[in-house]
Amino acid sequence: MTLESITFGGLAVVLLASALAVVLTRNLFHSVLYLALSLVATAGLFLSLDAEFLAAIQLLLYAGGVVTIVVFAIVVTERLVGDRITQTSRQLLAGFGIAGALLVAILAVFRRAPLTVRRPPVSGDLTRAIGESLLTTHVLPFELLAVLFLAALVGALYLARPDD
Amino acid sequence: MTLQAYLTLAAMLFCIGLFGVMTRRNTIGILLGIELMLNAVNINLVAFSRFSGDLGGIIFTLFTISITVAEVAVGLAIVIVIFRVRRTVDADHLDLLRG
Repeated sequence: MTLESITFGGLAVVLLASALAVVLTRNLFHSVLYLALSLVATAGLFLSLDAEFLAAIQLLLYAGGVVTIVVFAIVVTERLVGDRITQTSRQLLAGFGIAGALLVAILAVFRRAPLTVRRPPVSGDLTRAIGESLLTTHVLPFELLAVLFLAALVGALYLARPDD
Repeated sequence: MTLQAYLTLAAMLFCIGLFGVMTRRNTIGILLGIELMLNAVNINLVAFSRFSGDLGGIIFTLFTISITVAEVAVGLAIVIVIFRVRRTVDADHLDLLRG
């Protein structure tokens, strides 16, 4: 057992356990907290793949941004409805069957086509390479992203405006 | 770790998310399932990018993360509007478009 495989195993256990908790917990609020945990575990996986910048982005945007927005939405809807929202699930067996069948199919494909690719050594500063690529080759999608954010901001404000 | 290990983990995460999307009644719960599925795809992209030595996967993940944040913001705004109008966030009761 190397340190790498121990880290990967630990992250995988935390990730899968918290993901299962997200889809199985009755309390919606706990569900969001477990989602935050699984997002942090994903950031750890990004770190293990030498993508430090992406791990930081994951923590900032996902674990920080998304979780805050969802908690906010739950608090607002609970205040409007006046009591705690519990959520139930339906058709558990059918859902389990379909998801399980998909997993088996994917794993069967992996088994039939084994990937023997080796991990190349890290070449240079990845964060610097990402920054240079974002402002040269990918500058158009980068700017379009700013437009998308503006549209999302205006759209969310418009949808959530107070009744008149 | 091998590429296979990362892909297997991502496949499991994706299936858990799919399970959540199919079984949850609450609209916010469905959104959380979609988050898990997107997360699994991001792991795949970064793993492929790292093992092929190509930066493209990481750049793409950067964009998908950003777009997901915008999607969640608009999605939750829609959920709040639905709640105001229909007084419920249960996906089974949202059948206005049923013929």
